[in-house]
Amino acid sequence: MEQTETKMIHLKINNTAVCVPAGSTILEAARTIGIEIPTLCYLKEINEIGACRICMVEVKGARSLATACVFPAAEGMEVFTNTEKVRQSRKLTLELILSTHDKNCLSCVRSGSCELQKLCKEFGVDDPDYYAGANPRYAFDDSAAHMVRDNNKCILCRRCVAACDNQCISVIGANARGFDTHISSAFDKDLADVSCISCGQCIVNCPTGAIVEKDESAAVLAAVNDPGKFTVVHTAPSIRVTLGEAFGFKIGTNVQGKMVAALRRLGFDKVFDTDFGADLTIMEEATEFLDRVKNGGVLPMITSCSPGWVKYCEHYYPDLLPHLSSCKSPQQMQGAIIKSYYAKKMNLDPKDIFVVGIMPCTAKKFENKREAQSAVDGLPDVDISLTTRELARMIDGAGIYFRDLPEEEFDNPLAEGTGAAVIFGATGGVMEAALRTAVEALTGEQLQSLDFTEVRGTAGIKEASYNVAGMEIKVAVASGTKNAKVLMDKIANGTADYHFIEIMGCPGGCVNGGGQPIQHAVVRNFHDLRALRAASLYEADRNLPVRKSHENPAIKQIYAEFLGKPGGHLSHELLHTKYVARPKYR
Amino acid sequence: MNALTFNELLALQTKAQAQMEPGRAGGPAVRIVVGYATCGIAAGAKPVLQALKRELESLGRGDVLVEETGCIGMCQYEPIVELYAPGQPKTTYVRMNAEKAARMVHSHVANGVVVADYTIGAATGEAPAGAVLPLTDTGFYKKQRRIALRNCGVIDPESIDQYIAMEGYQALGKALTELQPGDVIQILKDSGLRGRGGGGFPTGLKWSFTAANAADQKYVVCNADEGDPGAFMDRSVLEGDPHAVVEAMALCGYATGATEGYVYVRAEYPIAVKHLERAIAQAKEYGLLGKNIFGTGFDFDLHIRLGAGAFVCGEETALMTSIEGKRGEPRPRPPYPAVKGLFAKPTTENNVETFANVPQIILHGAEYFNAMGTEKSKGTKVFALGGKISNTGLVEIPMGTTLREIIEEIGGGIPNGKRFKAAQTGGPSGGCIPETLIDTPIDYDNLTAIGSMMGSGGLIVMDEDNCMVDIARFFLDFTVDESCGKCSPCRIGTKRMMELLDKITEGKAAMADLDKLEELAYHIKENSLCGLGQTAPNPVLATMKHFRHEYEAHVLEKKCPAGVCKALLRYFILPEKCKGCTACARVCPVGAISGSVKQVHVIDRDKCIKCGACESTCKFAAIVKK
Repeated sequence: MEQTETKMIHLKINNTAVCVPAGSTILEAARTIGIEIPTLCYLKEINEIGACRICMVEVKGARSLATACVFPAAEGMEVFTNTEKVRQSRKLTLELILSTHDKNCLSCVRSGSCELQKLCKEFGVDDPDYYAGANPRYAFDDSAAHMVRDNNKCILCRRCVAACDNQCISVIGANARGFDTHISSAFDKDLADVSCISCGQCIVNCPTGAIVEKDESAAVLAAVNDPGKFTVVHTAPSIRVTLGEAFGFKIGTNVQGKMVAALRRLGFDKVFDTDFGADLTIMEEATEFLDRVKNGGVLPMITSCSPGWVKYCEHYYPDLLPHLSSCKSPQQMQGAIIKSYYAKKMNLDPKDIFVVGIMPCTAKKFENKREAQSAVDGLPDVDISLTTRELARMIDGAGIYFRDLPEEEFDNPLAEGTGAAVIFGATGGVMEAALRTAVEALTGEQLQSLDFTEVRGTAGIKEASYNVAGMEIKVAVASGTKNAKVLMDKIANGTADYHFIEIMGCPGGCVNGGGQPIQHAVVRNFHDLRALRAASLYEADRNLPVRKSHENPAIKQIYAEFLGKPGGHLSHELLHTKYVARPKYR
Repeated sequence: MNALTFNELLALQTKAQAQMEPGRAGGPAVRIVVGYATCGIAAGAKPVLQALKRELESLGRGDVLVEETGCIGMCQYEPIVELYAPGQPKTTYVRMNAEKAARMVHSHVANGVVVADYTIGAATGEAPAGAVLPLTDTGFYKKQRRIALRNCGVIDPESIDQYIAMEGYQALGKALTELQPGDVIQILKDSGLRGRGGGGFPTGLKWSFTAANAADQKYVVCNADEGDPGAFMDRSVLEGDPHAVVEAMALCGYATGATEGYVYVRAEYPIAVKHLERAIAQAKEYGLLGKNIFGTGFDFDLHIRLGAGAFVCGEETALMTSIEGKRGEPRPRPPYPAVKGLFAKPTTENNVETFANVPQIILHGAEYFNAMGTEKSKGTKVFALGGKISNTGLVEIPMGTTLREIIEEIGGGIPNGKRFKAAQTGGPSGGCIPETLIDTPIDYDNLTAIGSMMGSGGLIVMDEDNCMVDIARFFLDFTVDESCGKCSPCRIGTKRMMELLDKITEGKAAMADLDKLEELAYHIKENSLCGLGQTAPNPVLATMKHFRHEYEAHVLEKKCPAGVCKALLRYFILPEKCKGCTACARVCPVGAISGSVKQVHVIDRDKCIKCGACESTCKFAAIVKK
């Protein structure tokens, strides 16, 4: 095959020779020699708008400063990233931004992880009121279940808008103009009244405290401290490989043992693993799938673990809701089982049990408040759903020195999870887990290899076809609703010949969920968080003794002791749900 | 109608000329045109037109052709009626009304007697009583050379035949049948035409960039989002000669390899939009737009997009973003539109006036155009004259004309015996030119060198009664309002500059605030994303450069030398002049003036709102402001 050679560009940055492929920006070129040019608005491939004017650099012979984030490196160019003029310009721009910014850093949840704060320190901003002047004041938008928008802290970098556009949701954008520009929904409607899917991608991409998850940790602490409550916490598969980042661990470090130890020290009565719920989901979902295949049910069947995705389908493809699996998500299955099976087993009154899910996800805060998510006596399956970030703050607040914690094990019996469950946290993981179970069920034979590598990786859409017991099974995996849209449009126009589809609302799946620890744009732009975190999950899978959901002893036990068979009557009562069509605007 | 061939176009020209020329076989006995652009209609052209038609009908003069035409250029003499009769120079009647129109018909049309009192020479005082001065001999007109405006006020803009009569579409025909695309670009390069919208980028070069980029689709965009306060030449061209733009865009399409064009015109220009729509429909009907134009295989189609009135949409990337259906905000450059423009395809964008020059250049050659002008600025430029000047209006003058010629000769000087202080060019992106530089020949480079810019051609004259700080504040107020809000320096910086100017004009500023203002101004220029922000501080910087003493008076003496800034004004009653007539006390809306009859009155400064009612009421000039 003929190889096309990439043209290389030679330039000098701060007098150092740099050689980069044509098409590289000054920012990218500088990075190759270890120079970080500061940015605020820039998100690689998502928000390349050159709006914040922080990344300005001097280019020899140019009329004015150049915008490093979008300006292409050119042959013979001489760039200076750290001159007095550059530093002064950045400082002045920061002072202008500060003049419209609510500077209540002491009470801001993003203090310490705020990109604006970091830059102000780096550029020696010594008078935050240098350009003090009139300012519009904005009311909070706390209408949505999962987040609060405080436009008084917004610096109009538009990263949230770009993240929302990148999801093909686009429910937020700039309204008004000039000094009155602000980010909100069309006609300044509340977020709860538009088709926001609660994915939280805007939150993880916000450089400041303008968008934050709705913090529900106080209610959790109150329950923990209530002697009348039996508090049970369970942690989603991906949390073990992301929580460490909040405590300075390398991206993707598996801190499962310390996480369990921390949760115990926070005072939870039981610490369970949502992996159990994930395995249960596979049992139910694989059964539902085989049933649809055998009995001419609606195909392709689509997974329903991701509440952001489910809400997306309800708003944007209400006609296709019958394609969704009726299975609840692992969070909700775990909660329902705790309040039924576990309560019975432990002789507890379900009313006294307080279930907390630690989730990578802000849409989970919407999910646990949905209808048909309260299987036992009308009690919510999960009382509170917290994000990884809220948990990290609780750990800090409790004076727990996370890095020094010992490694501890989850409690039994609802903590046994398999390798199939742990990979739920990465895009393609649910599909792979389901295939491990469904293929063995169809063939009645043990799989030779458990690795379905075709559905792994960070590609937005993955397709594969398997010949199982003489039957061809075509599957597809999409992550990020932008990619989901492609598959849904195919289903809508009748060109999708898949049998089974996995969809995750966030790009890359739960490892990159809207509830995960904040990583600054400078990190996001040069590290693939999705791949680094997912790799750690696949490693955990490899190292687990049991890697198939149907071989999980605890799962076998619960069906034997309590549920009967997958897809049975009790399962339907406890573990399945229903969906509603939702309008785009209210 | 089948698509025209070039020969058929030439035949049509002869026919169309005859139809509009008085006295020719097939033509009218007399042709009367009424300036019927937005400005003419606003001044009262409608009843004039009705009266003309009514009177002609009553006389049974069906052989007189009465037509609406575009803007003739002399705003303050509207409504204007021009009469073409065989064997006579054109007669220009100004400041017409229905009554005058009737009299003109009965005298001039019916009896061949010109009503000299109503003509331009009488109105300007340039003609001796009873004599008639041709428009072209007036001071206002003498130094003008009309290329972009050549058909405005001459033809009926809704008639493609009349455009064809004036050599219309011949440039396109010549290009398609005789020239290669590269030849067209070369002629433009040789002509020295530069963009008339502000930046002054060489047009031929711009076209060559787009031509050099291969793509499955390219576009031509016409920027008709004229937004500078006081500039209205683009409206005038679109209202008065829309086919010139249509033809030029097709030429651009041919030269650059584009087959589709968009005209982005502001919705506040309904007549321009109507005339343009009609022109496009007519051109399509004649096969001058569409498939296989002049049978040469060249296809070109044109669409109109209406702008919602955002000034920033005059910036080329914001304009394209707006055409794409998104919020009109600029995009970073590079990539330039020639590489990645409208819908991410190579695009050539020029403004209306630039395009309006193109057909004449292609038809008559580069020398026709570059014979006029200065070394680096060729041809003519249209200016919208406004402010403290006797003749307001639209003038087209050769590059290199001095500001003094424009103001004193064409503009007729400053009214009311006031003294010239400065001229503002380039609108909110430009700067002001003080009296010391009034003899500067106007071209792109000279204006930039003296801290102003050509801009789109607004020229606002200011006299001694204008406060330069207030003027800077006026323009900045405009840009603060029109900033799109995308980049931080423009969005926040212009607002902070505005607040500093407020402080200065309210007498609350210290000298350090002037430094801060200047520092911020340079920061915004250097760091803003698009041309709007990069030039927004210019009015402030230019006035600070040439009129720093006025700023210092506001800061140090807490005085506004021109007596404009209200907060710094004090109204006094001069005791020696006050007769105690009580007139001022009676008109004062806030009861700030006290005094009994035949006693000297006094103004209570705490109550005074500085409305000036007392000053204008006093018959004894006893009230003064300081």
